[in-house]
Amino acid sequence: MGQVEDTRVANMTDHEVHLEATAQHRSVAAGGTDADRAVVFETRDLEVFYGDFRAVRDVSLDIVEHEITAFIGPSGCGKTTVLRCFDRMNDLIESARVEGTILYHGVDLYGSNVDAVEVRRRIGMVFQKPNPFPKSIYDNLAFGPKLGGVKKKSELDDIVESSLRASALWDEVKDRLKSSALGLSGGQQQRLCIARCVAVKPDVILMDEPCSALDPIATARIEELMQELAKEYTIVIVTHNMQQAARVSDRTAFFTTDVNEESDRRTGVLVEFNSTSKMFSNPDDSRTEQYVTGRFG
Amino acid sequence: MALTTPSSMGGATARSVTEGLTRKGLDVRSKVVETVLILMLTLSLLVLMVLIVDLFIRSWPVWTSRAGDFLTTNLNSQNAAEAGIGQAIRGTLILCVVVAVVAFPIGIACAVYLEEYSSTSLFARLIRVNVRNLAGVPSIVYGLLGLAIFVKALDNWNGGRNVFAGGLALSALVLPIVVITTSEALRAVPRSIREGALGVGATPWETIRSHVLPSAAPGILTGTVLSLARAAGEAAPILLVGAATGLLRTGSQSLVEQLQGPFTALPVVIFSYARQPGDEFRELTAAASLVLLVMVLIMNGVAIWLRNRYEKKW
Repeated sequence: MGQVEDTRVANMTDHEVHLEATAQHRSVAAGGTDADRAVVFETRDLEVFYGDFRAVRDVSLDIVEHEITAFIGPSGCGKTTVLRCFDRMNDLIESARVEGTILYHGVDLYGSNVDAVEVRRRIGMVFQKPNPFPKSIYDNLAFGPKLGGVKKKSELDDIVESSLRASALWDEVKDRLKSSALGLSGGQQQRLCIARCVAVKPDVILMDEPCSALDPIATARIEELMQELAKEYTIVIVTHNMQQAARVSDRTAFFTTDVNEESDRRTGVLVEFNSTSKMFSNPDDSRTEQYVTGRFG
Repeated sequence: MALTTPSSMGGATARSVTEGLTRKGLDVRSKVVETVLILMLTLSLLVLMVLIVDLFIRSWPVWTSRAGDFLTTNLNSQNAAEAGIGQAIRGTLILCVVVAVVAFPIGIACAVYLEEYSSTSLFARLIRVNVRNLAGVPSIVYGLLGLAIFVKALDNWNGGRNVFAGGLALSALVLPIVVITTSEALRAVPRSIREGALGVGATPWETIRSHVLPSAAPGILTGTVLSLARAAGEAAPILLVGAATGLLRTGSQSLVEQLQGPFTALPVVIFSYARQPGDEFRELTAAASLVLLVMVLIMNGVAIWLRNRYEKKW
């Protein structure tokens, strides 16, 4: 029994050591200081309404390229709502309305002549629950590139292989590309969804609690994967798991719910946005400190 | 710390647990409920079984004496010895083809629009409610519609009283059913599938064509085939449109001429033969009913088979 426990601890430590090493490697490779990095999303005074209900207000933050930005906070504080603004997924919810600005490389994402389909082609999304299409593994990955105009079989084959390699799934599925994606385990399905996202060569990958339905081993694999992907992509992740935010992210945004005393209406607000190390060691806001130390939320 | 087991505690706990877990008498109420439910099920199955067996026994003389002849000869309400259902089987099949060609594409398109494109506006909701109401409109009303519109529109073909006018009337009848079943099948497709497709940059139409419709296909197919079975069994609308009930001779006519000319269908023939006096017509009525029943059951079987086949694949 003791031995099993020891091995588990050792594994976890290995995992964390690995994450740290890759994170450092990444920041060195990318040039080190903040000044060299471009801002991908410039969010100013973002507000999201569902009908009359204001779900989130006062969100102003910058997402920096090749970084992993984590959104943390208690349930219902609007993390996912904000995330879904970045690829205009909220367009699908009829009552949703976005105010304020989100500039993507300087272009207003909600500008009147911006095509949401083109936005989503550049900004991919991985969802909370793995949602592979009920088709073969190959078809899951080839769908996006085909939409983008890739027609040649050999080209598609290459994309399928490279995106499966990028999501560390190739060795597990290379012999059964034609079988149903629904036959994969939950962790494999989520990595397939990440591969599907990578297959269209997006600029940014948004992840909405990608590990909440997975066991610790699958979670560890996905966290390692995120570090690898951050070399090429900008990643924004919503997570309920503070340890995960601390392990994988470069910057962390803490959201919470603000209750209006008079109307008893709840609105999500951004409390603090800082580098992850600062957020978890010496945050500016006392609410952040209370949350990350587990005394609130 | 030493753990206590039930035996080490002198059995007091074990005794009280045993007492608590032991069944106390018979649960009469749930037994009664179960029995009543089984009884109801048996009753409804019994009705169908009695119907089929009764039809089979009554029509036995027809099957033994002139089965092939009966299945291929013409409608004849004068002479039972020469009467058959050849034209009626053909007519019903053609009606089904017309319904499949007209009602399915229109109905599926309506449902895709209502579910995937239309907003939750008052107008869209009004349409949805009205589609449901249309599904409850009596079939004879659709017959009047057929007479007023389709027969007039096809006036230059045999005065419009042909198989196409009948098919269009039946299409109007099953259209709301196709819309409703397709809508339900589309609604059953999880939102995560749509989000997955949109998330990799698919347009709404690409999402619908590549993922939503294929996922909904088993449900759509089942609904459409069942509505086809409904159309095959309807007599009232095609009677009003002008299906032949008396004599129909199509001996030397070409297929095109037959399509343009008067038509009949199985439910109409059953109606016609049932009105004639004499035991021979009783037998013919039973035989024709059995054929219609078998056709409808085959269609329902096809619907189940299609659904299972598609579901097995994924």
